Amino acid sequence: MNDDVYIIGAGIHPFGRTDGRSGRDQGVYAVREALGDAGIEWPDVEFAYGGSAAAGSADIMVNELGLTSVPFINVANGCATGGSALTAARNAIAAGACDIALAVGFDKHPRGAFNAKPSDYGLPEWYGETGMMLTTQFFALKIQRYMALHGISRRTLGLVAEKAFRNGTLCEHAWRRSPVDLDTILNAPIVNDPLTKYMFCSPAEGAVALVLASGKKVRELGADAVRIASVAFRTRPEGSFEVFAPSISVHGGGKPTEVASKAAFEMAGIGPEDVSVAQLQDTESGAEIMHMAENGFCTDGEQEQWLAEGWSEIGGRMPVNTDGGCLACGEPIGASGLRQVYENTLQLRGRGGARQVPNGPKVGYSHVYGAPGLSAVAILER
Amino acid sequence: MSVLVPIAPGLWTDEAEPRLIGARRADGEIVFPVPSGDAAALVEPVALSRKGTLWSWTTQGFEPKEPYSGPRPFQPFLIGYVELPGEVIVETRIVDAEAADLVIGMPMTFAVVAFDDTRSTYAFRPERQP
Repeated sequence: MNDDVYIIGAGIHPFGRTDGRSGRDQGVYAVREALGDAGIEWPDVEFAYGGSAAAGSADIMVNELGLTSVPFINVANGCATGGSALTAARNAIAAGACDIALAVGFDKHPRGAFNAKPSDYGLPEWYGETGMMLTTQFFALKIQRYMALHGISRRTLGLVAEKAFRNGTLCEHAWRRSPVDLDTILNAPIVNDPLTKYMFCSPAEGAVALVLASGKKVRELGADAVRIASVAFRTRPEGSFEVFAPSISVHGGGKPTEVASKAAFEMAGIGPEDVSVAQLQDTESGAEIMHMAENGFCTDGEQEQWLAEGWSEIGGRMPVNTDGGCLACGEPIGASGLRQVYENTLQLRGRGGARQVPNGPKVGYSHVYGAPGLSAVAILER
Repeated sequence: MSVLVPIAPGLWTDEAEPRLIGARRADGEIVFPVPSGDAAALVEPVALSRKGTLWSWTTQGFEPKEPYSGPRPFQPFLIGYVELPGEVIVETRIVDAEAADLVIGMPMTFAVVAFDDTRSTYAFRPERQP
């Protein structure tokens, strides 16, 4: 058994569009970056987990990385692919099955909104035929009600996007590297009311790899390590409101994010007030706002003041989405959750460059959410 | 005008004032639509209320990708959720309204409407003010 598990290497292939390079090749690139960062070689990796949603199996990477007979488990878990790979890699080390493990996620999606097949989600054909099976609708419907109930303004939605693009200008791996001003964001064409096109992230490409190690290996290698205080991956509880829902319970219910967040904080033995920097799922502006509350960082409605006062800016009381999040980086599904952990690793090691959170952040929190209602939280400590 | 065929069987009742058909689970919770496959044996079909209140709404201004099969050229539409008190909150098209008219909590009434030239679907519309 290994009580503590650490991240000792983090690699990323820039997000966005890379014509002529497959999703998996971007994954290989990220793995090599992570190995170099950890100061180890591919044969040192004892266990690997990875996957993509739309760019094929991860284990084929051994063709490029080396045929070392490493056990390589393909993960196919939608939006939680990266989070699942990280959970599995961490658990393999914690269980004592190995001392060095790899988690990798990559993707390459066609342009435009995702189109889902009803039968893949256990839904009837008419649901898709009548135009109700769009992820963008779900996010709009959820934030529309949330705004009415909790007094969130459209301007605040705009401020979230403005912050994302501003942070993206400081981030080498971001896709959108130019600032977009608030008026442009608010006056852009509506995708699904109240969300304009600058308030939504786009499907994209990219890859992230993380090398995990036991405490013993960290000491052996003298690695620049960040401890994984907890990882919690949860599917939806009874009565929750999720993407692709023809009906919702009138009795209300829990949320997968709340369940995962609570479990992660409990396992880490800390609370939201201890977090120095957070990466929260921002599929669109409203998601970041709602996820601030669902993860326990504020109460419903307080986000209005948070954004007005700049508390979630780099340099604010708790910076959120320091690399520009999904809004600036785009969303390659298999890589997106690991990007958040990559960014926190960078921040806790003090390697954030122009976007470094000041005063030596000690605790990094990451949260991914996706269809059909699942959430993964990872807490890193320095 | 030819008679429109429902976009799928079993979504609403065949009566003068049709109602959506939900399914009551053993624990009393109502879901919509009635599940297919083995799960269908575990529920009891129940005709739902024609009246509810608007729970949330949004616009659909761009043409969805497949399997959307609405009329061409694309006509923007409204969708939302309507809460049927004590029963279930259902996702639905919203007709006879503009985005600017919609307010969460407003009363809504069930309707069967044309989906295209040959098929009908279900919707809710704002209740007419007396």
